[in-house]
Amino acid sequence: MIQALAITELALRRGGRHLFDGLNLTLAAGEVCAVTGPNGAGKTSLLRAVAGLLAPEAGTIGFGAADPAAARASGLHFLGHQDGLKPARTAAEELTFWTRWDGASPGALETAVADLELSRLLALEVRRLSAGQRRRLSLARLAAAPRALWLLDEPLSPLDARWRARFGEMMARHLAGGGLILAAVHDPLPIPARELEIPA
Amino acid sequence: MSRALVLLRREAALAWGRGGGPLIAVGFYAGVATLMPLAIGPEPERLAAIALGAAWVALALASLLCLDRLFERDYEDGALEGLVLSETPLELVCAIKCLGQWLATGAPLAVAAPVAAIALGADPALAPLIFLCALVGGLAFAFTGGIGAALSLGARRGGLLTAVIVLPLFVPPVIFGGGALDAFAGGLPWQSGLALLGAYAAAAVALGPVAMAGACRNALT
Repeated sequence: MIQALAITELALRRGGRHLFDGLNLTLAAGEVCAVTGPNGAGKTSLLRAVAGLLAPEAGTIGFGAADPAAARASGLHFLGHQDGLKPARTAAEELTFWTRWDGASPGALETAVADLELSRLLALEVRRLSAGQRRRLSLARLAAAPRALWLLDEPLSPLDARWRARFGEMMARHLAGGGLILAAVHDPLPIPARELEIPA
Repeated sequence: MSRALVLLRREAALAWGRGGGPLIAVGFYAGVATLMPLAIGPEPERLAAIALGAAWVALALASLLCLDRLFERDYEDGALEGLVLSETPLELVCAIKCLGQWLATGAPLAVAAPVAAIALGADPALAPLIFLCALVGGLAFAFTGGIGAALSLGARRGGLLTAVIVLPLFVPPVIFGGGALDAFAGGLPWQSGLALLGAYAAAAVALGPVAMAGACRNALT
């Protein structure tokens, strides 16, 4: 439902600290943008502002023809540093909850579990999983519930080389289906992407 | 609707496991109720006189204990962001969290309340009314307590702050519930106390989630 992302003259401030101003970015269906910049430049804050979790100081964030509130409620996935998975619950319980919360069908969940090779992990408590395995659990949410705009904060960092490549294929499929991706990264994405650098 | 049910199941399961869940709450309740005779003296007449009030205050304190980290855990691990970014209004999410809290700890405490009161010397004939008052009061405790838990998000020593915010909100249910029980024990009309308790609980259920949602949004942004 989100056909485009348009950020105009955005200024952000976090915790009283000025991050950046005059940021412009437009993203059409099928496009991916890699946001780069030094630590603390405001990459995560930019993603949070797009998700509506941080109010901009100035500027606008639009989602094409879609209503911003509706777009944020059902049109985007926000994959942050914190994955929201409870350590004491099993991977199956957490994945089932979050995918149903995202509106995914049980069939889509099964497909995502197979795609991300999670079936052997499902019975384990989340605390027993490695960082990369937890990340794959989060990626299964992206795969199970189709939403147009993916906001990814350092999506690659805990993944090994093989899963980085697999995630690259996942992103390519998402873009081919008309999706949009805005990712904050330090390492280059495994697919060709436009770059937006936020200066320090 | 199914989404709300899925969340309710998760919240009840989390509250069941949170900090020991109902077992700790009931254990704490039993502990406070046991402290009373140690401080006041073991004479049955003196104990019977304070049994209802002591059981009711202990219930409020035990409910307070369970509130710890109602929102904080979701805030710290990022789950709150996931819950906000959905078609379900945040107000409903907050209400469901409190409802799960009530099911997992308020209901077991309501079962324990008559036992504690009778152990302190209250008339066993009061047991059904104590249970009913504790059940309705527990709903008020959960929904007013949620406001404190949401407001103290991100604060250092948030649990203590929650207690300071919430205790004044616990005053009316303690007065109404304790009053209804006292009136019943004294053979006076007790229905008005229970009705007021119910009205307070209903107001808390209606208004609390709005305040909680506002506090959660404020904490996130």
